Order: sequence, then C-alpha cells, then structure tokens
Amino acid sequence: MGLILCSLVSHSQITRLYSRFTSLDKGENGTLSREDFQRIPELAINPLGDRIINAFFPEGEDQVNFRGFMRTLAHFRPIEDNEKSKDVNGPEPLNSRSNKLHFAFRLYDLDKDDKISRDELLQVLRMMVGVNISDEQLGSIADRTIQEADQDGDSAISFTEFVKVLEKVDVEQKMSIRFLH
Amino acid sequence: MSDISDWAIPVPLLFLLEFSPPKISSILLSNYVSPSNPPTTCSISTSHIKILPANRPAVASKPTCFHLYHRLPGLMPESCLLIIVGALVGAIIFGTDHKSPPVMDSSIYFLYLLPPIVLEGGYFMPTRPFFENIGSILWWAGLGALINAFGIGLSLYLICQIKAFGLSDVNLLQNLLFGSLISAVDPVAVLAVFEEAHVNEPLYMMIFGEALLNDGISVVLYNILIAFTKMHKFEDIEPVDILAGCARFIIVGVGGVFFGVIFGFISAFITRFTQNISAIEPLIVFMFSYLSYLAAETLYLSGILAITACAVTMKKYVEENVSQTSYTTIKYFMKMLSSVSETLIFIFMGVSTIGKNHEWNWAFICFTLVFCQIWRAISVFALFYVSNQFRTFPFSIKDQCIIFYSGVRGAGSFSLAFLLPLSLFPRKKMFVTATLVVIYFTVFIQGITIGPLVRYLDVKKTNKKESINEELHIRLMDHLKAGIEDVCGQWSHYQVRDKFKKFDHRYLRKILIRKNQPKSSIVSLYKKLEMKQAIEMVETGILSSTAFSVPQQAQRIHGTKRLSPEDVESMRDILTHNMYQVRQRTLSYNKYNLRPQTSEKQAKEILIRRQNTLRESMRKGHSLPWGKPAGTKNIRYLSFPYGHPQPARRDPRAADFTGNDSSDSELPSIMFKAHSRTGTLQERRLTHEIIPMKSLPSGGKPCHVRYPRNTSQEEHVGPGRREALRPKPLFHAVDEEFESGEESEEESSASGSRWSAEPRPSRQHHRSHSPLLQRK
Repeated sequence: MGLILCSLVSHSQITRLYSRFTSLDKGENGTLSREDFQRIPELAINPLGDRIINAFFPEGEDQVNFRGFMRTLAHFRPIEDNEKSKDVNGPEPLNSRSNKLHFAFRLYDLDKDDKISRDELLQVLRMMVGVNISDEQLGSIADRTIQEADQDGDSAISFTEFVKVLEKVDVEQKMSIRFLH
Repeated sequence: MSDISDWAIPVPLLFLLEFSPPKISSILLSNYVSPSNPPTTCSISTSHIKILPANRPAVASKPTCFHLYHRLPGLMPESCLLIIVGALVGAIIFGTDHKSPPVMDSSIYFLYLLPPIVLEGGYFMPTRPFFENIGSILWWAGLGALINAFGIGLSLYLICQIKAFGLSDVNLLQNLLFGSLISAVDPVAVLAVFEEAHVNEPLYMMIFGEALLNDGISVVLYNILIAFTKMHKFEDIEPVDILAGCARFIIVGVGGVFFGVIFGFISAFITRFTQNISAIEPLIVFMFSYLSYLAAETLYLSGILAITACAVTMKKYVEENVSQTSYTTIKYFMKMLSSVSETLIFIFMGVSTIGKNHEWNWAFICFTLVFCQIWRAISVFALFYVSNQFRTFPFSIKDQCIIFYSGVRGAGSFSLAFLLPLSLFPRKKMFVTATLVVIYFTVFIQGITIGPLVRYLDVKKTNKKESINEELHIRLMDHLKAGIEDVCGQWSHYQVRDKFKKFDHRYLRKILIRKNQPKSSIVSLYKKLEMKQAIEMVETGILSSTAFSVPQQAQRIHGTKRLSPEDVESMRDILTHNMYQVRQRTLSYNKYNLRPQTSEKQAKEILIRRQNTLRESMRKGHSLPWGKPAGTKNIRYLSFPYGHPQPARRDPRAADFTGNDSSDSELPSIMFKAHSRTGTLQERRLTHEIIPMKSLPSGGKPCHVRYPRNTSQEEHVGPGRREALRPKPLFHAVDEEFESGEESEEESSASGSRWSAEPRPSRQHHRSHSPLLQRK
C-alpha cells in the first residue's frame, strides 16, 4: 500500500489527508461510514452529494478505510507532464484521463452496466437542475443528450461514447484538485 | 472651508449623480448579468475559483435598454465611470464659471470620507482565505508599499537633480513623500473585471489584501514623512530621527491593529446583550468602528489599520449575534456609506482636474509614470520570488503579471496629494497634476485592458459552442470536484488555524456570542430535516412500508426526432439557466452589490429534495437510496396527481379530505407538495406529504396519512407528530394548514368514529400545532 500511495501523492499530503480522515471518523474505528460523510455540511447542499459519497464506498460495502479513501481521492490528482511519458506497460495510474472519466461515468451509471440509460440520465439531470424545468422539458433535454452522444443506436450512452463526447474538454484540469499534488 | 453657498450647486448635482446613469448602470449591471452563465474552461492555474456573476440572470424579462450597459463592468472598473462623472461635474462647474468649487480639506477627508471606505473593505473581506495567505499578504503589501515608495521617491530625486528639467528645488524629502502617496494602490477596482474569468483564490486574496493594507501603510508613511518635512524646515534631520521614524512606523501599524482588535471585541461583546434593542445594533457596529478609528488617530496610531482590524474581528461574532434585519441593515448601510464617500472623492478629483490649478512639467510626469510601472514590476517579481520559496503553492509568473498589472491607483493617492500643505510644498500643483495623470492613466488604460489581458493569459481558448452533453457533463464534473474538495476539507497551515479555532471555540465564542440565538436559515433547515429524518428512522421500525409500486411513466419512445437548431439552442439555454451553480468557496467581492440569496434558495431546494429522497427510500425498507436505482427517482418525478390538485394551498381541507377518501381505492402514491415549488420563497414553506400506509388490522384499504411538515418553523414538532403517526386503523392526522384547530377536529370526527381511538394525541397534536399556526 505504501508503494501505491507514494506513487499517488506526496508524503505531506498523505499526512494531511490522514488527519482529515481521522477528524471525519467520529466513531474512531478507523473507517468511515456514510453518516460520517453526510456530516460534512457542504456535501449536503451539493446536488450530487449522495452520489459522491457513494463513490467512496466499494461495491456493497458500508465502510471505507483510509486506503479506500485515498484510492478515491487519487483519481483527482493533477496529471503531471512527466507522467505522460511513463511507460505504457505499467498499470494505468488512477489519475489518468481515462480513469477520471470513468469516475465521472460511474456517477451516472448506478447499475454498473456500462451504459447511461435515459432514466439514469434523467435522474442526474433532475438532481442538477432547479425546480423551474418541467418534466417534459427535462425529458426532451435527456433525449437530445442521448441523441447527440449515441453512435451505436442503443439509446444509451456507453463509456466510449462518453469519452468521445468529452474529447474537447479539459478533463484533466476539471477533475484535478491542486492540493492533491 | 468653503462657503455654504458654494455648495448650493454641487450638492444637488451630487444627489443627481448618486443616481446618475453610470452609477445606476453599474449597480444594475451587476444585477443583470450577461445571459450566458457559462464557466469558461480556462484558468490561470489548476486550483481555481469560479467567480460567477453575482446574480442569477432572469434576462428574458429585462428591458433591452440595459443591454447596452450590461457588458460594462466587464470592460472597465467602476472607478472609470465615477471619474468620468466627476470630470463632467468639474467641467460643468468650471464652465459655469462658478466661483470656487467645493474644496476638500484634510479634516473632511480623514474624518468623514476615508473611514467608511476602509470599513467596508475590512468588513466584506473573506476572512478564511485572508488568514490562510496572511504571511504572503503582509510580506507583499507591507514591503511592497515600502519598496515602491522609496524606490519611486529616490529615482525621482535623481531625476530632479538633472538641471535641464527645472526641478532642482524639489528636495529628497518631498520626492519621498510623493513616492509614498503615489504608491497607494487601489486594485479592488479591477476585481470586478476578474469576475468574468477564473481567478484562483490566493491570487484574489493577494489583490484584496494588498488593497486593504496598502491604504493604511501609505497613510502612515505619509504622516511620518510630513512630520519629517516639518522638522526639516526648522532643523536638520539626524540618523536618530530616521531610526525613530522606522520605529514609529512599526508602532503605529501594530498599535493600530491592536486597538482595532480590542474595539472589535468590545462591540462583539455588547451585541451579545442587545436582543431586545435590536434597532440600535447597526448603530453600535458603526459607532464602535468609528470610535476605534478616532481613538487610534488621537493616539497617533494608524486609524485605518485600526478600523480594518475592528471590522475583521467584529464581523464574525456580530453576524451571529445580531438579528437578521440588523444584519441586512448593516451590510447595506456600509455599502452605501462607502459608495457615497468614494463618489465624493472621485468627484472632487474630477472637479480639480478641470481647473486652473495645474502645473505641467513633462519630465516629472513622464518619469513618474515610468517609474511607477518599473518599481511595481521590480517589487512584484522580487518579493514574490522570495515568498514563493516558502509557499506551498507558489504563484506562477502569470499570476505575478496580473498582480503587477493590477496596480491601479485610486482616490487615495489623489486625496493625499491634494492635502499636501502648500507651505511645505511650493510645487504642490505639480504633484497634484502628476498624481492625476498617473491615476487617469492607470485607471483607464490599465483598468480597461486588464480584462482582455486576463483572458489572454488564460491561454486555452474555449469552444463557445458547447454541446448539451458537454455542458451537462462539465457541470457534473464541477460539482464533483467541489464535493471532493469539501471532503478533503479546508487546506491551510492548519496547525495555527486549528489552534486559533480551538481557542476561539473554547473562550471567545462563549464570551462573545449570545446563547440560543436563531441560526442561519440554512443551518436551521438542515437541522430540522436531520431531526425529521431521525424521527422517520425510528418510525420505520413501527410502520411497515407498503409495496411501493410506481406506475411507470410510459416509456417515451424517443424516436429520432429531428430538432431544429433553435430548439437545441433554447434547450441549451434552459439547461444553462436552470442548472444549479457550483458552490463557491470564496465570496465574490463586488463593491456595488451584495451577494444575493440565490445560493440559499438553491441549497434549500437541494436539501429538501435530498431529505425526501432519503426518507422515501427508508420507507421502502432500504437503508440508503443507492441500493436500487429505481428507488432514487426523484420525488418530484413521482408526483402523480391522482385527483389531488398540485400546488397546495391554505384553504380548508374539506375538498382534500373527500378527495382523499375517493382516492383511497387508487394506487397509493407519494405526493410531494411543496410551496417552494410555486416560488413563494419568502413565505413560510409548507411541504405536505401523503404517505401510504397499510392499515394493520383492517386489511385491504390503505389509508392516507397526511403528514404535515413545516420546514421553516423553529418549533420541534417531533413528539406531536410522532403520536400522530401511530398506526391506528383509519387514522387521519390533522392537516397543519387548518387555521383553526376546532374545524379540523370536527372534520375528523365527522369522518366517523375514527377519532375515538385517539382523541388525546391528536388534540395534543392540535395544540402543538396551533401555536405554530398563530405565528404564521
């Protein structure tokens, strides 16, 4: 684990994040539960708060330890230039563009079938949008979104289509947090 | 002092000007933001804060005549407009050959005009980033001002030695004094320009911090040098005097801050006891700030730094202690006072521009301009080079260029130049002219071009035409990033900060903050919802959830409907306007506008929706909603008005009741009625819910329990409601909307002998509710 971590974040950041982890861990059992995350007030008013919290927890589990915590956060490490020329044979680092996009994709795709269906899209849309949009409008926006992205005609957005749609967007910068450097 | 009659013309003009088009436009401008609310995907450095336009736009309904003005604050700082207005006034006064234009003398300036401006700057400063960067800010503002002052002064002195320019009678001290007053920077004026671009938080704070401290430091320096000049007239200056001057500089600065902090604590302490006399709370705040200023000035300490420190200290505790209306009053009044002062100063400036009291000396003026830029560049790059070694996140060269370029002079320099005593400065007019030239140059040229420069430095060009996909996903990623940042917590040199926080919590808050005061609406809302959720969780043990089947909304056969570009465009607009904004970590500072409440509305909507999702899923027996995606369909999505009229209203329930009964046989549904959805956010929000319950003994017929919830009242209605939900057969809880408790009781008793089982709890329920009703 030390190896993984050292390749992900610097030592001082690990210390800081560990102290943050312990301060969140009110039960003091070395793991965080969903309630611990829900205690963060800013997350409560984040439209995607629940899904973000969910992203920390591996499949089917209710507790996350520090390793898992760091693993999730490692996705948000900025990509450095010297990393781009790393050897291609090694495992792809967690903060690669593709893995960042995969992280975002998983926020939509709750049932993990590697597709964003219309319903899943609608759910996220509704979460992100205020109350002034009617359901029909939202539905047509969702339709249009799928229509734009869908290339193989299955009325859902697969991961490759997702990547393609965002090819012009600077994902590396949008999903990087500076102090995880 | 000028004669009263001399004020006859200017004063009405002044009032006119307060509401003059440029001012209105600049005020309104901040309200009517450009229609596209898009985050540009470029930034100066990776950690950036979006300083989004201050208000959510409702552009469609705005009159088009403001269309002309709506891009102005992005183009030029507001001080430009003010100066133009001032120059116009001056031209009018000069043109009408009025005898003597209103004069500003040092007592008016230092006693009345300057404190409000400084107070406003200190009060609205975002404290957390300020203290996170305080080392760099002090280093930069303090040393930068000194370097600039002495550098410019010395270089100008060298220029003056050259006989050809005819300046040899300006001695060293005078040059130094000029240098100190010309180095007073007012970069806040350019902050408005930053609103359109992404600016990272530390950069923003550096500029803000510099603005805050710079005035104070220049005034201190100015006073010391004036004292020296007076001394010099009568005797020689010895090295001891210079050392004394340095010591005085430090003492004045630190002493001022100390005074300010003390006064801040005193006023915070007093506001602890003012709940019954809340009408004078604003007065206390202003009075103590002003007192700190006066007290410091009396003791020859720096009043500006005192009032700044007072505002910063006071703000945190006062905001919690005072009532909501006082808080609003304080904010608006402060803004108003500072705007008035600043406008007055700029008008004085404009007036004195157009006049006969100028002395134009090409050499002096040109070299002043040149040296200002050179020395600012030197100080920026040198000081930041040093401080970057100690910073965790160094400032890039781009950041430093922006800081250099934001060295816009403002009203402060002009006032100090204007107030030079003529007896000591025979060439005062030349100084004034030079100051004016520098101000005009920096404000107009630098102020207008800094916007494009900032955008140019954000090298990556955005593709303006984002597809809907991109927009949606980008916003998702922004929210995600904000969320993860929140998980990671505040990032700072946390040791010092944590120590301060502990100290603050243990001692200061106990002393300075009133007990049992109403919290902010968001916090209280959150707490209430949490309580309700806790109650729910207990109750789910009692209730058994029904088989919750949602009649599927017919799957839309979304065929390949070809949408016209206008449709797509309008769709994009709808999406852009209505998507929730990403949480801003720093308050965006706008001198002429206060932060609106949209973030609160948004937060409330999200909270309520989230709580309902959670509760609904718990009702289904899942502990959390992520188990089954189908369950997380948003409640609103599920509102099927089976005979229930959609937006709730406050009239008697007879119709509802019968409506209820008739729908009993239909499929159970959860209906979420929220007043908030109808947009009357100012009123108390009532959310009603009808929850299906399987009645236990008498099988078959689901009964509806109207479950009132009032999310905006402070009472803890837990116990009352809890009893109301006990699953008795055919139990009807009373709707809270009933204006009179009796009516509802009769209703319910009329529905049968259902009440007989539980009359007392429901009456208690009534009682717990009717005082609430009265309060409506």
